[in-house]
Amino acid sequence: MGGEVAGNAILEIGDLKKEFGGLIAVDDVSFDVQRGEIFSIIGPNGAGKTTIFNLISGVLPTTDGEIKFEGDVINGLKPHVVAGLGLSRTFQNLQVFNNMTVLENVMVGRHLQSSYGMMSAGLRLPGGRREEKEIIDRSMEQLAYVGLDSMADVGASSLPFGQQRLLEIARAMATEPKLLMLDEPGAGLNRPEKEDLDALVRRIRDSGVTVLLVEHDMAFVMGIAERIIVLDYGEKIAEGTPEEIQSDPEVIAAYLGHEEIRVI
Amino acid sequence: MQGFLGNRSVKRGLTVAAMVVLVALVLFLAYQKNFGPKAFAQWTIDGIRGGSIYGLVGLGFVVIFSVTGVINFAQGEFVMLGAMFCATFYALDVPLPPPLKLVVAIILTVIIVTLVGVIFERATISPARARGAHIVTLIIITIGFTITVRAIALLLWGSRAKIVPAFTNLQQTDVIFRPLGLTLSAQSLWIWGTVAVVLAALYYFFERTMMGKAFRACAINPRAAELMGINPSRMSLLSFALAAAVGAVGGIVFGAATRPQYDMGLVFGLKGFVAAIMAGMVNPLGAVLGGLILGVAENVGAGVTGLYGYRDLIAFVILILILLFRPQGIIGGGERGVEQT
Repeated sequence: MGGEVAGNAILEIGDLKKEFGGLIAVDDVSFDVQRGEIFSIIGPNGAGKTTIFNLISGVLPTTDGEIKFEGDVINGLKPHVVAGLGLSRTFQNLQVFNNMTVLENVMVGRHLQSSYGMMSAGLRLPGGRREEKEIIDRSMEQLAYVGLDSMADVGASSLPFGQQRLLEIARAMATEPKLLMLDEPGAGLNRPEKEDLDALVRRIRDSGVTVLLVEHDMAFVMGIAERIIVLDYGEKIAEGTPEEIQSDPEVIAAYLGHEEIRVI
Repeated sequence: MQGFLGNRSVKRGLTVAAMVVLVALVLFLAYQKNFGPKAFAQWTIDGIRGGSIYGLVGLGFVVIFSVTGVINFAQGEFVMLGAMFCATFYALDVPLPPPLKLVVAIILTVIIVTLVGVIFERATISPARARGAHIVTLIIITIGFTITVRAIALLLWGSRAKIVPAFTNLQQTDVIFRPLGLTLSAQSLWIWGTVAVVLAALYYFFERTMMGKAFRACAINPRAAELMGINPSRMSLLSFALAAAVGAVGGIVFGAATRPQYDMGLVFGLKGFVAAIMAGMVNPLGAVLGGLILGVAENVGAGVTGLYGYRDLIAFVILILILLFRPQGIIGGGERGVEQT
């Protein structure tokens, strides 16, 4: 596979740039995500965090720079191709498939793993039937993993907000990613839900999946991330461990300058 | 839209008033011309027959629209090709017993028309979209394709009507049943049976197969589906293949109840479009129901007035009324109707 892998990086971002018209949303940002870590991108609103997710997952074309996944350049690839390489994501604004059941949502995530295809499944050939059962079984496992197995036959849109979040994570995990990108998974969750999320993200990491996290909630990120980069106005202003980030004067200035956080 | 025709309650009032006037007019005409319940029952039966095909065509519109956003005006041409190819194959002088010959003709026809749909998508829609064409451009491409297909059909088959034999007796004149003094051709039963089978097959495909689920996911949320590894281009191709196949089947079964001609696609395309609009372009089952309602409405209208030409008038009045008052559809269109896209 692929070219040379520098160190043990699964994702290498080099001088990534994105312009919308005259506005520079992401400005020469570089960072590496190591295999098996929980890596977080933080920054004030409009810092370009979600834009970076969209560039990595192929939703938006890059203006300049390079995105390497497992040593291979992936900019310019279509989103479904990127997903097929083992890179899955969730969304800041929930994007579950509304008119489907919870189980079906996860089954769609397993689409990539269903090599047998619809012909045989549709015609009820033995192989197709076996595969259908396999897909359902694995999807149920995925649901159990996030604690939604009892909701399998419920319509996805009737789940409460927090559970729709979990469903998105289960669906993303169903694609069997090597790198899971979570876009503000904690937004809108209450304290206990966030604690569950914290445990879930750790479990995902422990299962061997690298996690790239965009998050607003400082306490959440500082508790879970192993390394962090901080963006401000599309530029990377700091990179390091949570301890290093918390004591970085530039980071503090950025946060104090943009969001009226009172430090007591 | 708000303010153009007043607020919601005014709109609702207008709609109800219009319907009351319409029903009163129909009843008045029926009374004046001495039409009894039997006449209405007959018009309904005949209306459901044609309406079934409108429904199948409408279903094709919905299938393509919901995953690609394209309104495929070539939908009616698939019906025409279905009827014409089937008639042509059946007329071939091959040493097969007639029933077998018909079956072979039907299978060949469905395969060929599906291929036409596939080639159409790959040769025009797909490359245009890859170059970033606007959705309106794609829709105009489908209109261009319609005209092209009709011209080729005229060259190929001439302007004379063809014959698809009635399925029951393989004759030009069908077996007629007379339940309760009404007239019911055997082909009508074939048509309804076929529509039921097609719907059951599609239901099975969408609900029970992985590709069907992927297809639905793509219709509900294309962006999220793509990020789950679903190739939108393949789903687009599949939608055209499905729509073409369904259209062909409709053309074949209806072809035996009419005299198929190279230009029959226009009417079916437009009527099917009305059926799809009734379902807000997004509800496949709603489109079939819409087609049935349309078929009955126009047949009753034509029967009551005694003017065959009024059928089309009725269809398009319905179209205009829905687009004005309820662009999200009247049958389970939901929030994602035409207005929002």
